[in-house]
Amino acid sequence: MNFFANTWIAEWLAGLGRLALLARESFLSLITLKISWRDFLYQLYFIGVKSQAVVLITGAFTGMVLGAQTYYQFHKVKMDTATLAVVGVSLCDELGPVLTALMVAGRVGAAIAAEIGTMRVTEQIDALRTLATHPVDYLVVPRLVAAHIALPLLTIESICLGIGASYLVGVYLLGIDATYSWVNMLRYTHDIDVVIGLIKAFIYGGIIALISCYKGLTCRLGAEGVGRATTEAVVYSSITILITNFFLTLVLGKIASVL
Amino acid sequence: MIEARNLRKGFGTQPVLDGVSFRIENGESVAIIGRSGCGKSVLLKHLIGLLQPDAGEVLIDSENIVPMNERQLLRVRRKFGMVFQGSALFDSMTVAENVAFGLRRHEHLTETEIGRRVAETLEMVDLPGTENKNPAELSGGMRKRVGLARAIVYEPQIVLYDEPTTGLDPIVSDSIDQLMLRVRDRLKVTTVVVTHDMRTARRVGQRVLMMHDKRIYASSAAEEFFASQDPVVRQFIDGVADPKETPF
Repeated sequence: MNFFANTWIAEWLAGLGRLALLARESFLSLITLKISWRDFLYQLYFIGVKSQAVVLITGAFTGMVLGAQTYYQFHKVKMDTATLAVVGVSLCDELGPVLTALMVAGRVGAAIAAEIGTMRVTEQIDALRTLATHPVDYLVVPRLVAAHIALPLLTIESICLGIGASYLVGVYLLGIDATYSWVNMLRYTHDIDVVIGLIKAFIYGGIIALISCYKGLTCRLGAEGVGRATTEAVVYSSITILITNFFLTLVLGKIASVL
Repeated sequence: MIEARNLRKGFGTQPVLDGVSFRIENGESVAIIGRSGCGKSVLLKHLIGLLQPDAGEVLIDSENIVPMNERQLLRVRRKFGMVFQGSALFDSMTVAENVAFGLRRHEHLTETEIGRRVAETLEMVDLPGTENKNPAELSGGMRKRVGLARAIVYEPQIVLYDEPTTGLDPIVSDSIDQLMLRVRDRLKVTTVVVTHDMRTARRVGQRVLMMHDKRIYASSAAEEFFASQDPVVRQFIDGVADPKETPF
């Protein structure tokens, strides 16, 4: 038992080390501008534009559910007009970036791991290397930069639509006073909440791209290896996002309270 | 010049190369033969730095590439073109984009110039007019040709072929052999072919290296090799299975 636990921990730490080396290599590639700009633009389109539908639907329905639930509780204590304030802060700080990142991890993370994993299995990555092209420059950095840029933009969309949907449900379906709700939301949702959400989204973009690329680049040979890498990319990205979110909330909240 | 000195490589507890040494001169055409699973492809991948040996040296133009990291190896790899057993074409790109890949990445050429070079190279491998096809639309032989076009379009000094005729019918295999000879003669490249196809080895290899028991067992000029009376060499050339041994 002890042996298996030690082996598992050793493998886990080794994997973490390799992931750190991949991050370092990506950073060095980025600062020396070895990025393939054509692929970067394509990835920005794939990660950003093509993810909009799923992210917008998630944002809209999360906003509506959150608005309705908050209203039902607040209505008991005659605080109906505080509903949008709760929705605004929750979406900006937590739900907007986290749910956007989880949806993108499912859609884009799986696609990245499967594509790079298949390239590895069919020797396309070896072919890249023989053509004097570093796989990190060509495959990882465009996806990493695109995800860093796309996630905050998708998060903004998700937050805006979530608040808008919540407003419609609250005002037109549940009968909350529109003006007081809007004013309360603006009073309690500060600029710093939006900034915190965008910082989180920026970091989650990196997490999704890095873990998914890593899983693709290190996947075992064969169809099973690609399948496992795809699953692991989504699962590890999602778990890392949720764990990171807790620590980011503590750290960024502390910084925000000082400012 | 390519030189391997006492190369050793194992995967897990399984040794694959155990003290492999040889030298290939500039412009030479060498066939590396041996039984399936004897480590030919592993050896070939060591020559271009795709695999790192456990011990030993690989010298390319007198420069040892073993201690180099991936970025340092990129410079050395510009001297090489490699044709893979499964072609390894980029399936998200058209034929033209595959062939142009090396040019776009490393040479500052206009799109017109790239288009001209791609068309010329596809003409050379007998695939004119296939620029806009996708790899999935091509037959096995055509994929091999596109792989070769991609490997030679930037005019490397050395071309490595990993089982270029495996899985192809005899007529297509013959056309690939002719193509390898054409590339060798036109571009004056050093050619290293890993194969277990005796006809390919005989036609393309001016010299034949035979791997056996994790080492280079025989190295001689092609005529001399195919006339050899050594029992191990003879058994491989004649393709005779040992009745006491299960060959798979």
